[in-house]
Amino acid sequence: MSEYASILLDDPVWMIIVKGLLVFILCVLLTLAAVYGERKIVARMQLRVGPNRAGPGGMLVSLADGVKLALKEDIIPKAADRIVFILAPVISAATCFLAFAVIPMTGVVSFFGEETIMQLTDIPVGVLYVLAATSIGVYGIVLAGWSSGSTYPLLGGLRSSAQVISYEIAMGLSFVAVFMYAGSMSTGDIVQAQSQWWNAVVLFPSFVIYVISMVGETNRAPFDLAEAEGELVGGFHTEYSSLKFALFFLAEYVNIIAVSALATTLFLGGPSAPPGLGFTESWLGGWFTFIWFLLKVFLFFFLFVWLRGTLPRLRYDQFMKFGWKVLIPVSVAWILVVATLRLLTQEGASQFIIAAFTGGVVLAVLIATSLYESSKKKAEDAARYVPEMPAPKFPVPALPKAKIEEVE
Amino acid sequence: MSDFELQPKRSDAIEKAASESVPVTGQEASPFFKQLKGFWVTFSTMFKKPLVVEYPEVKVETQPRFHGRHQLNRYEDGLEKCIGCELCAWACPADAIYVEGENNTEENRLSPGERHAKVYQINYLRCIFCGLCIEACPTRALTMTNEYEIADDKREKLIWEKEDLLAPLRAGMLMPPHPMYPGADHHTYYRGEIKEAHPSQEVNK
Repeated sequence: MSEYASILLDDPVWMIIVKGLLVFILCVLLTLAAVYGERKIVARMQLRVGPNRAGPGGMLVSLADGVKLALKEDIIPKAADRIVFILAPVISAATCFLAFAVIPMTGVVSFFGEETIMQLTDIPVGVLYVLAATSIGVYGIVLAGWSSGSTYPLLGGLRSSAQVISYEIAMGLSFVAVFMYAGSMSTGDIVQAQSQWWNAVVLFPSFVIYVISMVGETNRAPFDLAEAEGELVGGFHTEYSSLKFALFFLAEYVNIIAVSALATTLFLGGPSAPPGLGFTESWLGGWFTFIWFLLKVFLFFFLFVWLRGTLPRLRYDQFMKFGWKVLIPVSVAWILVVATLRLLTQEGASQFIIAAFTGGVVLAVLIATSLYESSKKKAEDAARYVPEMPAPKFPVPALPKAKIEEVE
Repeated sequence: MSDFELQPKRSDAIEKAASESVPVTGQEASPFFKQLKGFWVTFSTMFKKPLVVEYPEVKVETQPRFHGRHQLNRYEDGLEKCIGCELCAWACPADAIYVEGENNTEENRLSPGERHAKVYQINYLRCIFCGLCIEACPTRALTMTNEYEIADDKREKLIWEKEDLLAPLRAGMLMPPHPMYPGADHHTYYRGEIKEAHPSQEVNK
């Protein structure tokens, strides 16, 4: 057990309760801020000003929305499976809070005179736990779609399950390189392993794959096929209203924040300051690190909003093709490379061999891409080829390269 | 082969079109970095000034000939221009105007000439602000103002009566009913020769 985890071990019971409460409050507050922030930013990207009525600068708009939703009539369709229908949003909302339990949000701080870390618990398989929690969250969506007793929600739920299964594989594979690099699955150890270099730099391909798959995992644009408004009305939550809908809404945003926090932990050094900039934790005590943590999470959140403001929704087959034919093979290949490099360094191979291996990989990638490009070009040329057509024996409009002959 | 069978045309135009036709391009995906351009578009837009007009607080003036709500005009002495002819109601494609005419009498003269509108209603739930009623009006009694804030919370409130539509009395005008300017008839009025109410008609200026 690392020294890091032992700081958490001697937490008194009251502190664990307080921390649990704080995590919950933080998630809800961040959701309120996120909804407001998203609407404002997307508005600015579209030359609008966004919400500006409730509160100063419209800051209370998400609160007002919540109150409005709570006061609305709660409708359960006759065709719905009542128990599952009620259970689905609860599953969806509850599981996304779970992920936050293992996210370290500060460095070592003094909390009411007790040395601790703002992290509920640090378990040896922390990241796997997060994966498990988020995948249970999908049940909320699938069950909501199924239990609504209506076609569009069912389609939305099915899409969602297919989507999350596909992208969870890529997501899990992108973690593997991180695990190998840190030699641990606990979030605390992974943060500590990044004290020299962030994983986002060292394991850049993993980082990119994770960022893509986290968007797919949270059902956000451009991967929001599960609730595609233009196609499926509201997707899985079409039949939901009032507080149950609010729970889905909450779940979506907590989920975004959770995957952003996980990305921060795994790839951007968690709550620690960027290495090499000379920031120390002595400014505000360890609490200073919380600011770094929030900044990084907001960075990812901005990315989510930016994607939504920029990209149109993918077609379903394109989306699946991208997940299975691009993300997963690339992840597997990348893991092979990382594993080999890792083994070479651990076995004490000479610099020359490592350099030769790296060069070989780069060369292979270059050859593969050029081959792919040329084959794609050939395929395109073939698709463009219009064969010489036999002369038609009936009147036709002008066709490309069609010979028109006199009929005798 | 029978003579009735259609023969393919061998005009030069078809030949030319066939030889000039090119395969459709632009269907391929753009290169990766070209696709990233969109991200820059949205990012840089964030720092531009929004186009939003914060409406209830800030109001933009309409174009001078904007089709706003209607107004029933008056002659310079206060008599109404509307003669109750119903041409506006007939012209209206949305059937939004209802007019009931009535004869002018010595005691009850609202307009010069023979008749005036007893009832004049415009239903703003139906009106499409096309302005055909204005074109139809023979006396320029009906015109449109630039006012556009007509929304209300009751259907009944959106049927505007004659009192709502009538132009306010300006200086020199006298609230009808009152007799025509001494010595004038409806032709005089129509030619615009009446500039104000006659002093004998006790106008409060």
